[in-house]
Amino acid sequence: MDLKNQHIIKTANLSIGYASKKKVNTIAANLTIEIDKGKLVCLLGKNGIGKSTLLRTLTKVQPALSGEIFINNSNLKTLNSIDLAKSLSLVLTEHLPESNLSVYELVALGRQPYTNWVGNLSETDLKFIDIALEQTNTKHLSNAKYYELSDGQLQKVLIARALAQNTDIIILDEPTAHLDIHHTIETLALLKKLAVTYNKTIIVSTHEINLALQLADILWLMTPSNFMADTTENLIENNCLDQLFESDLIGFNKTLKQFTLSNSY
Amino acid sequence: MVNPTKSYRNTFIILVVALLLIFIVNISLGSVYIPLKQLFLAFIDGEVERESWKSILLNYRLPKAITAIIVGSGLSISGLLMQTLFRNPLAGPFVLGISSGASLGVAILILGASFFGGTIASFAFSSWGHAIAASIGAFLVLSAVMLAAIKVRNTMSILIIGLMFGSLTASVISVLAYFSSANQLQQYLFWSFGSLGNLSWNEILVLLIIFLIGITFVIFIIKPLNSLLLGENYAKSMGVNVKRTRNLTLISTSLLTGVITAFSGPIAFIGLAVPHLTKLLFSTSNHKILVPAVAISGAIIMLICDSIAQLPTSEYTLPINAITSLFGAPIIIWLLVRKRKITY
Repeated sequence: MDLKNQHIIKTANLSIGYASKKKVNTIAANLTIEIDKGKLVCLLGKNGIGKSTLLRTLTKVQPALSGEIFINNSNLKTLNSIDLAKSLSLVLTEHLPESNLSVYELVALGRQPYTNWVGNLSETDLKFIDIALEQTNTKHLSNAKYYELSDGQLQKVLIARALAQNTDIIILDEPTAHLDIHHTIETLALLKKLAVTYNKTIIVSTHEINLALQLADILWLMTPSNFMADTTENLIENNCLDQLFESDLIGFNKTLKQFTLSNSY
Repeated sequence: MVNPTKSYRNTFIILVVALLLIFIVNISLGSVYIPLKQLFLAFIDGEVERESWKSILLNYRLPKAITAIIVGSGLSISGLLMQTLFRNPLAGPFVLGISSGASLGVAILILGASFFGGTIASFAFSSWGHAIAASIGAFLVLSAVMLAAIKVRNTMSILIIGLMFGSLTASVISVLAYFSSANQLQQYLFWSFGSLGNLSWNEILVLLIIFLIGITFVIFIIKPLNSLLLGENYAKSMGVNVKRTRNLTLISTSLLTGVITAFSGPIAFIGLAVPHLTKLLFSTSNHKILVPAVAISGAIIMLICDSIAQLPTSEYTLPINAITSLFGAPIIIWLLVRKRKITY
């Protein structure tokens, strides 16, 4: 079996950034990414480093500057939008526009790539919606309007929508941004469960570094000069985590396997 | 177990019955009193007591009622599409300057007819001429507002941009009016008051054909419009072609608003207020339910407005625009003042 076939997401010489008429602003170059199925990947890096740009590029929201991305062995450039929607689903940070959607209707929208031209839900669709609500423990919220939910509940419902889309890959952009510590842990633990139990490949950008260190199978570290992707153990072993913040205030404590305040503040 | 797709069959049945009732009330009202029994006789081709009654019913009241239904449905559906596309609960054909665009198209045609000469001048007074000019005008303004909306994400700014386009077209129309003859001016002014009457059966046919074409486009964007409720990025991630959806929405809205404005003049508030009233009745955002619901509600409300405009038992008829504004403006104010957030 060709080695390439084992990776659900794979990139070759990927460069990401923004190109305008005047100049090209490269955020990261020569990225080589290989992810196996069923892994929880946490993308770490400080604000403005380009985490969202990377996720947007991997999900075809914006084009890569150069290089190739393969999803399930299909080149992202030639993958049509319906097929992409069947292999990759999103949970975004942006606020939802105002609407009257109930939780059930919102999760049901995840079935759009599979429904007919007018959007009728088949038995299969109903089954997947049900499973998604169950896996995220949001079934009791079905009849609520989404704007009545707390931030933590809404995040779970958005994950349920992605699950209803029945994709191998789920990509989440800072799902824990507005959450308290309890809901943050709950959300990340849910993602871990989805990866372990249901073999979902999950890529999540987050600022919850210490939780990511405990939960993630793979860490992606973005620094101004470097992109590192490896298992948590290897990154700790090779002292890579110290490079995440070039600050005297915070440092990585290898024995605790946590970031801690330095004594120099 | 959750009820996944709530059925609104009963509400729909009530609405359809209400539509039929108000339709009968509408054609039974007017300056000439016609007994209800004679009214039914006229339609089943029976013997009517007076020939003039039959003529009034078939050549005046029936066309007007049918026009009201098409105008009410079309404008309300346009409003619903605008509100979803612009992610803005206060969007509507009138607010976004689209009716003004249609007015500009008609104004250029009527007031500018003398510049074009012979063949175009005669075309200018045909019903197809009005319809096409108004649709083009509506489409141009709508595209301009859409382009602005892609750049400016702020919903409040989009409304203000729409109002500015309205003012722009109004000023162009003033300039045109200044240079046109009294005859042309009078023709344009009467048109701009708004009226559901005075349409011949031929004109109603034109109205109906373009209305049906517009509705056909709408049926094909029901599904992608639902996904747009989550915003463009989510819609894209679910495989929706956002650009195509946006274009189809623009085309159908321009056709509907354009042709309606061409024949009935710019009619205010129906497109803005009816979708909100309907959403109070149907607590859903699913366009598969909302589109037919809004169409029926729009027809009902337009017939009610028209019935009031006829000032029952009097021989005067009020401008339809006055009534729709009297009905629509307070509803919008009430929706905004009310504590609950307004949704679309």
